[in-house]
Amino acid sequence: MSLILKNVSKQFDDASQSTLNHIDLEIRDGEFLCIVGKSGCGKSTLLNLVAGLDQPTEGEILLNGQKVTGPGADRVVMFQEHALFPWRNVIENVKFGMEIAGLPKAEQEEKAMHYLRMMQLEDYRDYPIHQLSGGMRQRVALARALTLDSQILLMDEPFSALDKQTSNRLRKELQEIWMSMKKTILFITHSVEEAVYLGDRVVVMSDVTGSIKDVVPIELERPRYVYDEKFVEYRHRILSEVQGEEEV
Amino acid sequence: MKKNKGKTLGVILFFAGILIAWQLVYFAGVDLLSIWKSYAMPSPSGVWISFIKLAGDGSLLAAIVYSLVRGAIGYLIALVIGAVLGFLMNHFEYLHRNLRPLVMGIQTLPSICWVPFSILWFGLTQQAIIFVVVMGSAFGMAISVDNAIRNVPSICLKAARTMGANKRQIYRKVILPASLPEMVSGLKQGWSFAWRALMSGEVMTTCTGLGQTLITGRNLADINQVMLVMIVIVLTGIVIDQTVFRQIEKRVYAKRGM
Repeated sequence: MSLILKNVSKQFDDASQSTLNHIDLEIRDGEFLCIVGKSGCGKSTLLNLVAGLDQPTEGEILLNGQKVTGPGADRVVMFQEHALFPWRNVIENVKFGMEIAGLPKAEQEEKAMHYLRMMQLEDYRDYPIHQLSGGMRQRVALARALTLDSQILLMDEPFSALDKQTSNRLRKELQEIWMSMKKTILFITHSVEEAVYLGDRVVVMSDVTGSIKDVVPIELERPRYVYDEKFVEYRHRILSEVQGEEEV
Repeated sequence: MKKNKGKTLGVILFFAGILIAWQLVYFAGVDLLSIWKSYAMPSPSGVWISFIKLAGDGSLLAAIVYSLVRGAIGYLIALVIGAVLGFLMNHFEYLHRNLRPLVMGIQTLPSICWVPFSILWFGLTQQAIIFVVVMGSAFGMAISVDNAIRNVPSICLKAARTMGANKRQIYRKVILPASLPEMVSGLKQGWSFAWRALMSGEVMTTCTGLGQTLITGRNLADINQVMLVMIVIVLTGIVIDQTVFRQIEKRVYAKRGM
C-alpha cells in the first residue's frame, strides 16, 4: 500500500470550509499517521480529499500509483458520529459494507461476529442503535469499517464527540487493535495528546496557511502512557507548534 | 390497566355528554322555543333513526364500501404518481428548481376546483371521481417524497459512499430506509387529502357512495341523513387512519427508536 499526496491544494467558493495549500505527504504501509491542528486548518478537508468525497483544485492523490477520483471501499472512513444507520441493528450495520461488496452471507456473518467480538460487542448483536451509548456506537462503526479490509482506514475525529473517559478507553482499544493488525491508518484529531498517543508520525497543520507546518516522528514504544516523561515532552513540543501562531 | 380503564371511561363520558347536550339544544330550539325548523336541524335521535333505516336496507354499508374502494384506487394511483414525481423532482436539480414551485402551487388548489375538468373529460362516471381524488392528493405526496429524500442526513450518504456503494445501492439501502418515516407521514397526510377529494367528487355524480348518500339526504330535505353521512365520513376516515397508517407509522418509528 502506498498513498501519496502531491502538491495538493483545495480552494472553496464559500468561506465556511477551510482551504488547503500545497500539501506533500506520503503515508507508509502499516503506518499510523495522525494529523493535528486547530479547527480551520483544513485537516478535515484533507481527509475528504483522500476519501474521494471531494476533488482537489490542484495536485493529485495517488493510491498505489492510481489517481484517486472518487470514494471507494479501499479507503473506508470512520466519521465523528451519527454515521450508523438507525434502521439497522448492530450486526446489520456491521454487515452493510460487506453487503455492498456482495460477500456471501455466511462470510458476512462470520466476519461481522469476528469484529464484534474484537470490540466486545457480541452480546449486543441484535440491539437497535438507539439503545447504545456513544462509545458503543463508535465501536460498532469501527467494526463496520474493519470488515472491509480496506487498504487504509481514514478516521475523522472519531472520538471527539465522546466524553473524556470513553474517548480515552476507545483510543487505548484502538492502540491495541493497531498493534495486533498493523493497519494503515490516517487519523484526524484536534487533540495533541490523542495524536502523540496513537501516531507513528504526527503531522502538524497550520490554520493560518492551510499547509503542513511540521512532521514529528514519535519514537515511543507501544503501549504508550500519557504520564511518561518522553510522552509529555512530545506533547509540549507539538502543542506549542499547534498554538504557536497565536503569539505571532 | 386501571389508568387505561379510567381513560376509556373519560372518553365515553365526553361523547355521551356531547350527545346529551346536542339533544337538549335540539329540544329547546325546535320543540320548546320553535326558533329552528325541525327539517333544518338534526338531532341525535333523528340521526339514529336514519342510521337504522340506511343500515337496515344495506345501503349505508354499500355506500361505505363503494367509497372506500374508489378512494383506495384513487389513492394508489396518486401514490404512484406522487412517488415518481417526487423522485424526479429530487433527482434532477432542474426539475427541483422549476417544477417544484409549480407542484406546490397546484397542491394548494382545493380539490373541488378539478370537478369541472373531470366532468368534461370523463362525464358523470367513476373515473371522474377518481380523477378528482388523484389530482387532490398526488401533488402533496410528491412534495412529501421530495422533502423526505432531501432530509436524509448527508452523513449517512457519505458513509455509504465511502464503503463503495453505487447510486443504485445508495437509493435502495440508504435513501429509501432513511426517508421512510417522513414518507409514511406524507402518505398518511396524502390519505386525508384523498378522502376529502373523494367526497368533493362523489357529491357531483350519481355513483353509489357516501357523497351520493349525502346528496340524496339533501334532495329529500332529510337533514338527519345528511348529518349521519357526515359522521360516517369522519369515522371512516379515522378508522382507516388508525388501522392502516398509524400501524405502519408505529412499526417504522419503533425500529428507529423515534
